[in-house]
Amino acid sequence: MNSSALIHALLDGVLTGSVYALMATGLTLIFGVMNIINIAQGILVILGAYLSYTLSVHFGIDLFVGLIITIPTLFVVGVVVERLFMARLKGPERTSMSILVTYAISLIIEGALNMIYSINIVQLKAWYVDKSFPIFGVYLPYIYLFGFILAVALLASLYVMLYRTRFGASIRASLADQVAAALVGINVKRVSTICFGLGIAVTAAGGMVYGATNAFNASTSYDLISRLLTIIVLGGMGSLGGALLAAILMVTLGDVVAVVWSPIWSSPTFFFVLVIVLSLRPQGLFGKQSARVA
Amino acid sequence: MNRKGRYLRAAGVTSVALASLAMMATSSGASSSTIAKGKPVVIGISLSLSGDFSADGLAFKQGYQLWADTVNKNGGLLGHQVKLDIVSDASSPAQVVTNYQKLISLDHVNLTVGPFSSLLSLPAARAVDRYGYAMVEGAGGAPSVFQAGLTNLFDVSMPVKDALVPFAKWIASLPANKRPKSVAYVTTNDAFTEPQIPVAKAIISAAGVKTKYYSVFPAETTDYTPIADAVAAAKAQVVVLGSVDVPTVSAFMQAFEQAHYNPQAFIATGGPDQGTAFSSVVGLKNANGVMVPNAWYGSATTPGSQAMVAAYIKKYGGTAATVSADVAEAYSVGQVINQAVVATKGFDNKKIIAYLHSGVTLTSVQGGVKFDKLGENNTATAFTFQWQGSKFVQVNPTADKASKPILYPKPVWGS
Repeated sequence: MNSSALIHALLDGVLTGSVYALMATGLTLIFGVMNIINIAQGILVILGAYLSYTLSVHFGIDLFVGLIITIPTLFVVGVVVERLFMARLKGPERTSMSILVTYAISLIIEGALNMIYSINIVQLKAWYVDKSFPIFGVYLPYIYLFGFILAVALLASLYVMLYRTRFGASIRASLADQVAAALVGINVKRVSTICFGLGIAVTAAGGMVYGATNAFNASTSYDLISRLLTIIVLGGMGSLGGALLAAILMVTLGDVVAVVWSPIWSSPTFFFVLVIVLSLRPQGLFGKQSARVA
Repeated sequence: MNRKGRYLRAAGVTSVALASLAMMATSSGASSSTIAKGKPVVIGISLSLSGDFSADGLAFKQGYQLWADTVNKNGGLLGHQVKLDIVSDASSPAQVVTNYQKLISLDHVNLTVGPFSSLLSLPAARAVDRYGYAMVEGAGGAPSVFQAGLTNLFDVSMPVKDALVPFAKWIASLPANKRPKSVAYVTTNDAFTEPQIPVAKAIISAAGVKTKYYSVFPAETTDYTPIADAVAAAKAQVVVLGSVDVPTVSAFMQAFEQAHYNPQAFIATGGPDQGTAFSSVVGLKNANGVMVPNAWYGSATTPGSQAMVAAYIKKYGGTAATVSADVAEAYSVGQVINQAVVATKGFDNKKIIAYLHSGVTLTSVQGGVKFDKLGENNTATAFTFQWQGSKFVQVNPTADKASKPILYPKPVWGS
């Protein structure tokens, strides 16, 4: 084993993990507040990547600058989806029904993307996508560093919004108990709509970084959603901190095992850890037992 | 109802059910060898129009469609217009089985041709074999496909295990002062890629070239960076990548460039052969010098090849260099089916299977086609192709007149 490859794997794990955390945060936020499992999160990440692609290729807008447009756009998409579909889901089967409904939404978006962009693979381009700089004896790609900074900035903003604002208190109250939150005057319906919008909005940033580090088409979303669901299950469904830790743990563990042992054992090792964690803590690392019950 | 009555009733119901099943089996299973005048011949195809193989699936669809257009323009197949019944399998081996069962049982297609990849071709061939259908395919050349011993399976393309042989022989033939000292082998655990690596490694190692890195990664890998970084850290002078698609090759190339690692030669088993689908993702400058083994390229002079390329450009745009080899593989399948139908004077799958096993030599845009008892086309020649600027050229076998000089060492990424 080469020590520089190990350093690279550790750096890559932390930096890439933060971007996955950003994508998974939206998923876990939506589940925490609304008890909705958003299977469409993967395709929405890809939608975010395609929006960045369109702005970059057709309008010459830098990938990071383009987020000023794509983040609000996906927020609006989230609000519309919530109003049209999610708000109509009621009753004890809400969570299981949400899987079916969001899967249907995912298929619709996938079909639309295939029609608009075709199924040819694309990748986002910018000067910092292929370039790197030396650090600790390895070359660190700029896109990984910029992606990490973006993810930290957005997660920090989300944290400040949740823990330092009145609206954040409403969200946390809804996360803890929707009925009690409604009883103290919180408009849970409005909070849910905005939360869904926020959960989708972060996919714009995640999608942009994903699209710059991976070639993709609409079908790529299937790989993504399986990873994102695994992250929030490990971190604890509804837990923002759990999503962050689980994402970094998942990617770093996989990368280190690939370098130290063999790529063949990356996934089995991670899933072995997942099974052990869930055996000891069925609610995940930071999840509450009640959060797993619809 | 007494016990005897219940038994009689159960026996009656069972008999009716069995009879119905038998009727369904005979009516839906066997293909119709004659088609009414004026009716089209329907060919059932399952293609990966989403999922991991979607780019290849699209190219295959284009190849099949081009062939059908050509046949229809020339009066059809035995006077019947060709109609393609294409369904998507999302790159799933389970879905491909369901699709062919549906195509035969419900859509009553007259013939079936293959999907993309060895992963899907084998289950597809097994599924149609139950109905007595032939499965002529163009992208299922892995040894495991033929080891299944199916008699209805025919691959018109080159068997994959020897695909890297011209490249390996070229490395071995280089003068000692030019021959690389080390090689890194890294491959996905796919039936198409994995068998190619040991064959190439044996030839290259015998020439005294040291193996600095050898690793197999799972097909479901999504983050290639640590693996590519490990390859880069090994600093081998040559990289042999066992890949099936563009995203895999693109990820390795991007990681190599980011690691400032420039191997003197880089060959990938699949991906760089996909024309624009490859060059538009990695960029022409990065593609410069990248090699890929295959049996066909856009400037091939095999009979019918340039006519197909011209038809492709007219219909889909691009240039000869940007036509994916997948297009030619699918087109070749159509050509072989065409010749079998004409020779057997009908659409009887049993006769078509017997004809294809008869040792006859057929023609295709990829060259001659002659099947052995396993359905392999052992007459196909393996070539190596290389991106040189905006052109995709044949470079191996070096003795072949059509081969251009190899760009070696490969230019650094982006130049």
